[in-house]
Amino acid sequence: MPRLRLPPDMSESTTIPALPSAGHEHTRPAGPSVFKMTASVIKKDLLIEWRGRARVNSTLFFAILTLLLFSFAMGPQSALLAKVAGGFFWLALLLSSVMSLSESMRIESDNDALEGLKLLPVSPVALFVGKAIVNTLYLFALAMVLLPMVAAVYGVSFSMGVAPLALVMFLGSAAISAPGTLYAAIAVQARARDVLLPMLLFPVVVPALLGAVKSTGLIIEGDPMGQLGGWITLLVAFCVSYWVLCTLLFGRVIED
Amino acid sequence: MISKLDYGWLVLGLVLLIVGHTWGLFIAPPEREMGEVYRIIYTHVPSAWMALLAFTVTLVASLVYLFRGSFKADAVAEASAEVGVFFNVLCLLTGSIWGKPTWGVYWTWDPRLTTAAIMCIAFAGYLALRRFVLIPERRASWSAIVAIIIYADIPLVWFSVKWWNSLHQLQSSPKTVSPEMYWPLRVAAFAFLFLMIGFIRVRYHLATVRQSVELAEPPELEAVAKESAA
Repeated sequence: MPRLRLPPDMSESTTIPALPSAGHEHTRPAGPSVFKMTASVIKKDLLIEWRGRARVNSTLFFAILTLLLFSFAMGPQSALLAKVAGGFFWLALLLSSVMSLSESMRIESDNDALEGLKLLPVSPVALFVGKAIVNTLYLFALAMVLLPMVAAVYGVSFSMGVAPLALVMFLGSAAISAPGTLYAAIAVQARARDVLLPMLLFPVVVPALLGAVKSTGLIIEGDPMGQLGGWITLLVAFCVSYWVLCTLLFGRVIED
Repeated sequence: MISKLDYGWLVLGLVLLIVGHTWGLFIAPPEREMGEVYRIIYTHVPSAWMALLAFTVTLVASLVYLFRGSFKADAVAEASAEVGVFFNVLCLLTGSIWGKPTWGVYWTWDPRLTTAAIMCIAFAGYLALRRFVLIPERRASWSAIVAIIIYADIPLVWFSVKWWNSLHQLQSSPKTVSPEMYWPLRVAAFAFLFLMIGFIRVRYHLATVRQSVELAEPPELEAVAKESAA
């Protein structure tokens, strides 16, 4: 079984000669902590978004259009529309998330920015967590913008108030963002990236989608059986599992 | 290269398949409520088991690749994922055929059915990813990561759909099934197991041959070309 081999002149000198040091052992100066690096990644991504507004331009109108198209497909029956509003809302958000997620990694693949970040060096943990937090914030903001529109177009009222709804929106956005950020990092470097990201992402987020849709539906229509807690627990379990798993695995995605 | 041992697994599987299915289709008694329709379990149940088993092999091989960096593990993952998708599709098709006369519908949103369908689509995406990445090292580590993420999703899908909707009957155990029915099922299950091992081994050899072409340096590439031409 032939393995990939280094050219002979490189394989000999894999150890880097130690730098001359004055008396004491040479150590690399301690870099900033992971928290600081994460904060810098968040700041950087938000700044890029603020200056370019690429995500807002690509997703906001797409999401609104999707919501309108869903209601055209169902016909003007307001009772039926109110029943499926939660499902359509999350589908519109999930479809828009694909563009937002790939945009978050596209800014790193342009001009080989990712190579620069790795050389700084930014730890993969900070890079992943920072990017996933920005993706979560963006999806959450988009959800909050779409919410009044859903209320108006589908004719629903939120019987349990906006606070539990905001919690569900946040958990749902976080649930999509964890595997979404990791898969976007893979898809942006592969061929056929536009097909690959939804193909990988959509099956995996099914449990989160079910939890988010059910919770949203219960908040809209009322929760006489007290089921909301169970669905929110499911969302939290999904978020915890995938944020941990994807943080651990992200380093292997961006390595050379 | 594909050895006599690989053919041995396949032949053994085929013989047991003929024995088990003849037993199940013609000798085992009809079921009390479902009548003759139940006989599809001799294909349906083993294919569901083998799909899960093959995906578990994919998971283990992916973990081995991530920790050891062995391309052999990557070839095992590729082979078992493809064989797993095959058995998964077989399971979904036979389940739908059985569902129509028994439940009155081909498809229903039951946890087992939905989990099997999502698993199938997710691993089909895994196989697509393998086609879309050209650099062997990247393909191996990315697909290993994706396999781990998909596998972790299976219990979550299962529980979420279970809360959402449930119709599938509870699984039977040997204690609740007559020996006249579970013996042919066991034979059929071993037939599927040996066939699966044979399929994975043959597919593994194909994957290693492709890897040796991808990873070879130019002079070795010529040698491989000569070898395959001979």
